[in-house]
Amino acid sequence: MAGVDVAGCGAPDQAAPLPASVDLAKETVITGVVRAGDEPVPGAYVRLLDAGGEFTAEVVTSAAGEFRFFAAPGKWTLRALSRQGNGDTTISADRGVTQVALAVAAD
Amino acid sequence: MSRDNVLVSADWAEKNLDAPGVVFVEVDEDTTAYDAGHIPGAIKLDWKKDLQDPVRRDFVNKQQFEALLSERGIANSDTVILYGGNNNWFAAYAYWYFKLYGHESVKLLDGGRKKWELDNRPLVKDAVSRPATQYTAKQPDVSIRAFRDEVVAAIGTKNLVDVRSPDEYAGRLLAPAHLPQEQAQRAGHIPTAVNVPWSKAANEDGTFKSNEELAAIYAEAGFDASKPTIAYCRIGERSSHTWFALHELLGYPDVKNYDGSWTEYGSLVGVPVALGDEPGEA
Repeated sequence: MAGVDVAGCGAPDQAAPLPASVDLAKETVITGVVRAGDEPVPGAYVRLLDAGGEFTAEVVTSAAGEFRFFAAPGKWTLRALSRQGNGDTTISADRGVTQVALAVAAD
Repeated sequence: MSRDNVLVSADWAEKNLDAPGVVFVEVDEDTTAYDAGHIPGAIKLDWKKDLQDPVRRDFVNKQQFEALLSERGIANSDTVILYGGNNNWFAAYAYWYFKLYGHESVKLLDGGRKKWELDNRPLVKDAVSRPATQYTAKQPDVSIRAFRDEVVAAIGTKNLVDVRSPDEYAGRLLAPAHLPQEQAQRAGHIPTAVNVPWSKAANEDGTFKSNEELAAIYAEAGFDASKPTIAYCRIGERSSHTWFALHELLGYPDVKNYDGSWTEYGSLVGVPVALGDEPGEA
């Protein structure tokens, strides 16, 4: 397990539990599952775009299709790219954990 | 400068997997991606274990680099094709590094691992080993590497390009948003640095934008093509991506990567720091 490595920039394991050092009173965690129909999509690329549409971060979903970002309160767009197709959704996040369902479908 | 000298397409790569004298190298920070499936024949380099000194905060020296490439079976005459995850951040870092140590023929796979995967191209789990070589590196070419004193001296005189996300630039975030945020150093950016996030240079699938698009993006941000340039990010790998765009694709002659980047600058005592969305005054 890679866990969360704050020394680097690589995407940490998306299925790992939140590290004990993450303070949910301070952190804005955006997490969820990418699905095509009812099926989770592993290996999808999930991009976090800010309120201006600018790229902020990208992770690859876990075997269960899960993704997770550490952001800041505000409006965000999540965009998924996968072999099964692409999809996006816009959300409003606050401190603590925000759960997001992200669907992909062939164009 | 021709793109073909520095970048290969996924189609070219798939047709040249077995070409003699061509070595594919996956570079990642976390090599579990490689272990779960890599381009057939590709060897791996671990950004941290292989390319960073285990004790000092620096990358491996000339002798360590020679030992590494010899052991992995890369010869001076090989054409090295680098690719990796994170939109080729670490592959671009390795590219800069191979250039720093004077490797003649090195190219990036356009789109990296992401495009390869999304295109459904072949990935295998086979162990790859190559016969050892006697690799000889050149002295480091510091004309492409910036150190902290030169960065401080560049405030208000050279182009400083902060390639982190707008929230990191402004000081609202300390790290990319897929990582926890608590860290010791100060937030913000180097005064007079313009913010051109690395991601502006790439399409959604990880491929580089055209030279016309790239030139327009940097010009719009207030980048002066007649001046020397220093690019930085947080730990120097996203800025390698931008260094590649400016120096290798657009062909600007004097572009350096500041690999100390914000984790060094933001911890220095006595240097100026700007907060907010504007570059700030020198």
